[in-house]
Amino acid sequence: MSEPILEVRNLVKQYPSVKAVDGLSLAVPEGICFGLLGPNGAGKTTTIEIMEGILDATSGEVRYRGAPLDQRFREEAGILFQKTALQDFLTVRQSITMFRGLYQRGLDVDEVIRLCALEKLAERDNRKLSGGQQQRLLLAIALVNDPALLFLDEPTTGLDPQARRNFWELIQSIKARKRTLILTTHYMDEAELLCDEIAIMDRGRIVAQGPPRRLLHEHFAEVMLELPKQDFPASARNLPLRIIDSVERVEITTDDLDTTLRILLDAQVPLSNLRIRPANLEDLFLELTGKELRA
Amino acid sequence: MMAGVTQRLRAVWHARNLEFVRDRSTLLFTLLLPLMLVVAMGFMFGGKDRPLFKIGVLATSIDKQAHPFLRERYVEFVPIASQAEGIQKVTHQQIDLLLDLHGTPRYWVNTDSPKGYITEKLLLASAAGAQREPVTGAAVRYVDYLFPGILGMNMMFSCLFGVGYVVLRYRKSGFLKRLHATPLTAFEFLTAQVLSRLALILFVTAVLYAGIGAIIHFHSAGSLLLLLLVAVLGALSMVALGLTIAARFSSEELVGGLLNLLTWPMMLLSGIWFSLEGSPPWVRWIAGIFPLTHVLDAARAIMLDGAGMAQIAQHLIYLAVTAVAFLALGAWSFRWRYD
Repeated sequence: MSEPILEVRNLVKQYPSVKAVDGLSLAVPEGICFGLLGPNGAGKTTTIEIMEGILDATSGEVRYRGAPLDQRFREEAGILFQKTALQDFLTVRQSITMFRGLYQRGLDVDEVIRLCALEKLAERDNRKLSGGQQQRLLLAIALVNDPALLFLDEPTTGLDPQARRNFWELIQSIKARKRTLILTTHYMDEAELLCDEIAIMDRGRIVAQGPPRRLLHEHFAEVMLELPKQDFPASARNLPLRIIDSVERVEITTDDLDTTLRILLDAQVPLSNLRIRPANLEDLFLELTGKELRA
Repeated sequence: MMAGVTQRLRAVWHARNLEFVRDRSTLLFTLLLPLMLVVAMGFMFGGKDRPLFKIGVLATSIDKQAHPFLRERYVEFVPIASQAEGIQKVTHQQIDLLLDLHGTPRYWVNTDSPKGYITEKLLLASAAGAQREPVTGAAVRYVDYLFPGILGMNMMFSCLFGVGYVVLRYRKSGFLKRLHATPLTAFEFLTAQVLSRLALILFVTAVLYAGIGAIIHFHSAGSLLLLLLVAVLGALSMVALGLTIAARFSSEELVGGLLNLLTWPMMLLSGIWFSLEGSPPWVRWIAGIFPLTHVLDAARAIMLDGAGMAQIAQHLIYLAVTAVAFLALGAWSFRWRYD
């Protein structure tokens, strides 16, 4: 296996009242899309900001191509923050041009504009863009130096479904250029679609890491049964079942569907609203952390 | 390496210039406010005739019993602390005569001044043996005295608030954090801000100098190039001071309060509106701390007295030293993030 493009060793970030990152280690191979997943407050933004070199760790180290983060890393990394405002009164093209001027090497401004489908918006004031257009501009800025490593911190949060899908297509086109991507998200469909490898974080630690399919296979040989919470009586909670609570429903994982259904019928649990489906990443997260992802 | 620094500086500098020039309301305000002030002040204080003759007396207070001349009607007698100060005022026709009644009476009169001519006749009527010390010099109108003050005040606000609030806004919006993720260094960012603001201030000040100078028929007695040097060093010092205030803090209220804490004493004590000559030494000592005081003293010495480099060297050195010190302090304490 080749040397990882980015490696994190024993990372700790201690704030006065909370340890946001607690001894985290991971390695990101070159050319993949790596997903860092976790609920709000799991420490993923703190972790990614330390990996981006804009936040100091309390202890531990981050290495880019085997060396500590230095000017080379800043020249070769592209970053899309969760939220970034740009300078007022500048057009889309001028904003991109300004950032292009900060790097020694990179793409032509027109090429970046085309890559992010901003041709028709190039002369528009950057304050007059919709959420999806704004995010495409920020992605363009993250791409001006033709980065070998691109950080995307919750890139589609707050976008409408269509804008999210458009943005995913853009990210897939960047993946096709063999760039390494590190993505944080709390949308499991996004992670399943885009990521070759994921790490699930909780309370500042990684609780599972690997390709999504493999993780699902390791944790779920079973199927999922979903019932509305109101259909699940309190007395049924003592049944010999693996039950996970979420906000509106009760989920049961099982590798023996017949027996589970018989137990539920014997306990007179109404099954008219029962839904059976294979496990997904959201189930994996709930299994590992016991939390609702979008809480 | 150097090419990279220059390229990054130019990118940030150019973008900041665009942002400022396109912010039409701010640009208009920056140009109009001082223009309106000078015209208003010109109307209020620029009248050619004063209602009284004004005679300076070398004394700490006026004792009307000291000499019969001091009891003349329609003449205002004002105490003057030092002979040099008094002679300068006679030269600029800010007083019509300077009188020294210690021993044999002496007086200084401006031979170019019609009012000096009349007050001299009045004096000689009651002090025939007084010793005459002629001086010459054109009248300095209040509006002429005020003109450098208004330019300096505009420069001060533009330097302190313009840069301070821009950096604060960038920090709050997350723009600084985004820049931190690029190869740009804090020193490069601050230098680009200083240069951008310096270019704008010099442009605005030059426009104001030419425009207002034409309205009030002002002509500098000294070198315009030297005046430009004062403006450059003064702006650098005050922009760097503004950056120092904004380098670390994230609260608009705090930064606004600190900037006000700086600008108000400068407004009152740096000599924008009136000369501090004759004020208590501690007031002048405090005034001497402010860069604006040095800008105005140097600018007035050039514009009104035709001073050369040697006479204003101390002010130039003070402004250069404070510019470097404030910039170093700002770069050292600079914070990219909004916490």
